[in-house]
Amino acid sequence: MKTLELVIIGGGPAGMSAAVAAYESGIRDILILERDTALGGILRQCIHNGFGLHRFGEELTGPEYAWRYEQMVKEREIPFKLNTMVLDITSDKVITATNAEDGIFMIQAKAIILAMGCRERPKGALNIAGDRPAGIYSAGMAQKLVNMKGYMPGKNVVILGSGDIGLIMARRMTLEGAKVHAVCELMPYSGGLARNIEQCLNDFGIPLKLSHTVVEIHGRERVEGVTIAKVDERRRPIEETREYIPCDTLLLSVGLIPENELTKSANVSLDRITNGAVVDQDRQTEIEGIYSCGNVLHVHDLVDFVSEEAEIAGRGAAEYIKGEAGEKSVDIAVKADGKIRYTVPQRITAEKDVSVYFRVADVYRDKKVVVRSGDNVIYSKKHQKLAPGEMECVKITADKLSGVNELIFGLED
Amino acid sequence: MIAESDNIERGAFRMGKRYDVAVIGAGVVGGMIARELSKYQLNICVLDRENDVAMGATKANSAIVHAGFDAKEGSLKANLNVRGSQMMEKVCSELGVKYQKNGSLVIGFSDEDRVNVEALVERGKKNGVEGVRLVEQQELFALEPNISKNAICALYAPTGAIVCPYELCIASIGNAMDNGADLALGFEVAEIEKANGVYVIKGASGETVEAMYVVNAAGVFSDKIAKMVGDDSFDVHARRGEYILLDRECGGIVKHTIFRTPSKMGKGILVSPTVDGNLLLGPTSVDIDDRDDKSTTPEGLARVIRECGENIEGGVPVGGKSITSFCGLRAVGSTGDFIINSSVENFVNVAGIESPGLSSAPAIAEYVRDILSGIGLELVEKKDFDPIREPKHHFREASIEEKNEIIKKDASYGRIICRCETVSEGEIIDAIRSNPPARDIDGVKRRTRSGMGRCQGGFCGPYVMELIAKERGIPFEDVTKSGGKSVMVYGKTK
Repeated sequence: MKTLELVIIGGGPAGMSAAVAAYESGIRDILILERDTALGGILRQCIHNGFGLHRFGEELTGPEYAWRYEQMVKEREIPFKLNTMVLDITSDKVITATNAEDGIFMIQAKAIILAMGCRERPKGALNIAGDRPAGIYSAGMAQKLVNMKGYMPGKNVVILGSGDIGLIMARRMTLEGAKVHAVCELMPYSGGLARNIEQCLNDFGIPLKLSHTVVEIHGRERVEGVTIAKVDERRRPIEETREYIPCDTLLLSVGLIPENELTKSANVSLDRITNGAVVDQDRQTEIEGIYSCGNVLHVHDLVDFVSEEAEIAGRGAAEYIKGEAGEKSVDIAVKADGKIRYTVPQRITAEKDVSVYFRVADVYRDKKVVVRSGDNVIYSKKHQKLAPGEMECVKITADKLSGVNELIFGLED
Repeated sequence: MIAESDNIERGAFRMGKRYDVAVIGAGVVGGMIARELSKYQLNICVLDRENDVAMGATKANSAIVHAGFDAKEGSLKANLNVRGSQMMEKVCSELGVKYQKNGSLVIGFSDEDRVNVEALVERGKKNGVEGVRLVEQQELFALEPNISKNAICALYAPTGAIVCPYELCIASIGNAMDNGADLALGFEVAEIEKANGVYVIKGASGETVEAMYVVNAAGVFSDKIAKMVGDDSFDVHARRGEYILLDRECGGIVKHTIFRTPSKMGKGILVSPTVDGNLLLGPTSVDIDDRDDKSTTPEGLARVIRECGENIEGGVPVGGKSITSFCGLRAVGSTGDFIINSSVENFVNVAGIESPGLSSAPAIAEYVRDILSGIGLELVEKKDFDPIREPKHHFREASIEEKNEIIKKDASYGRIICRCETVSEGEIIDAIRSNPPARDIDGVKRRTRSGMGRCQGGFCGPYVMELIAKERGIPFEDVTKSGGKSVMVYGKTK
């Protein structure tokens, strides 16, 4: 069996960024395994702009952002295999993968970085009643058809779910000449970024129907219409508000799920809320030498933060490989109070500056984000508005961590 | 002209060709009959209005090989069920179809249920079901630790089994085709005439087929087909059954097929593992007028969740684990039993094949063969009949060494198209090329499981569309989900 120091699973923004960071930390024996035909991951089909403002200080399209990282990988001659699907990972860090040239092969890695990204929640998961015709697509599949293949999935569109890809596709389909009749969102608030609601819906007069869902799909061969309805506070459809909208296409943007099947095969423990691995400040999972970053760890809004997180994992893995990871000086559990839904990382094991990312569970106004260690307030900052669609970050400095067992992230008045 | 039509899957099929037997309906019953007849020196064709085989009740049922305790003793249902159930393992092994004898349990929750369960055990014994017996609570919990703690007893039938019904149908028609049978899809029978002792079957688009004998296995439409030859001795109506399929993570919740104690409307809602490791919940049972209405309903899906949950301690984990929901239409005959007869010369009805139709299918095929023989069809065995169809899941289940041998010969087996179910390009191309060829996205899905996993085709859909377009030599925009007007795209972008 071939042995390698570092194998990175996934050649999207997280995988590439992790590879570059590991290289810069002195690791050379690296291999990126990518299942698609090119590096770049989902960014390849995100031809809209808005990427890279934090990272590069300019607005790039998805392919441009991916291209920059691809150049960094290629300049450093970091090896990668395309069209290669990883089938299994063990907790001993043995990777089984397949492609057309090598067949099925195994690699013993010293460290692994999981960077497989996420996938969209499909229709089946919603159990919408009615027919099952053609014309129902996840927003991402529609994006692929339009942007990569050059085909129109439909002309008259209803979108269920106001996730960012759904919002982006509302604009994209409109620009391609389709009529987007409505975006229905089950929750009383959108899960997408405020700027996307403004630029993708409001600028084009597309109605966002909050607290609405699709209750029935009509059409035996191709979608002919959908029935939507308002929902009550327990998210049950209100019968009197049923409304039929004729359309030929239903796009679903109803959530993203970190793609952790391989993570599970390696017996890495997962966080019930994020559906990603439980990690420490270096993005090391509870299995030594296996790291996780990007959307496979938790779903991000901005690729810039994916790159940043992947660098942390890349550096962490490099230190581990070089045997410089050091003893665990502390063991702090990072917890969320419920109003804050989750934090990443969930553990801190070293006394160094740590950025803790989190999302809130609902829309909140005029609340303080407070970090407590027992009775001590370690951090407190007032926010005018906090929404589940926007990931937040708090930096905790190393000096605050000594003697701490537990950090609780919460919202207070 | 039919000879030039896209619907002909074998060159031999052509307008004016006279067949010995035409089988109307390419479901699992029509398929098993075609396969049985392909053992003899006969020209056979199978006609179906859909774009693929297995499109009726065959693709949406409980996927159960019933042990045979349920049907009334002495009925055709009981006899053919028990016989079919005994034949099924061998048939599946010949056809390379997954089959698993997982046993079934009929759970009783009350003293009233107990009486019914005991009666079922007795009926099972009379029907000749091997090993059927009553189990008490303690043994029941040992057999199925996750069963509801409210259960008090159960019927246990160790010969109950599970099979994938559309895989069985595809394999039986594929095997019949490999042995010379023809298949015409998109052939909706509009009229049947008889001229000079020969049946002339006319399709809705003007195509015709001639046949000496006709087998009517047209499912929910079989009474309409019978009326075309003047037989109005029975009626068929559609009974809706809604199902929910759960992720493979849930496949282990129960090992056996779990039935409720039956009522008048059928065997009740069941919870069962599938041969592919998912968990299947359903069906509801509602009579409807529209024989094409395969829509699911909010009430039906809610009922499936509620009633399945009652069988399992703590309920069934539908939230987040549901992969899809679907609806099947069972063909319920007006006599209460299977309607298999020849009331008109050289014309055989195989109608009202509701549950246990799948379980009975291999036995129905023999039974129909004997009826045909009895009314004059000459049966001379073919020396070169090959009962074996190579299992299509062979690659999936092969060892790494075996897989690498296959990839070395054909690199497309190393390229994974469907990530959730790990389906390679080679397997998809094989499904589009081998009998009966997959012609649309759902056809590829049923043959390979591509698109059947957690993302439901979100990633692999466009790749599968490209492969279908390339292999069938059609434009990308003509690829359909399931034939007809079910197109996936409306032309190019600006």
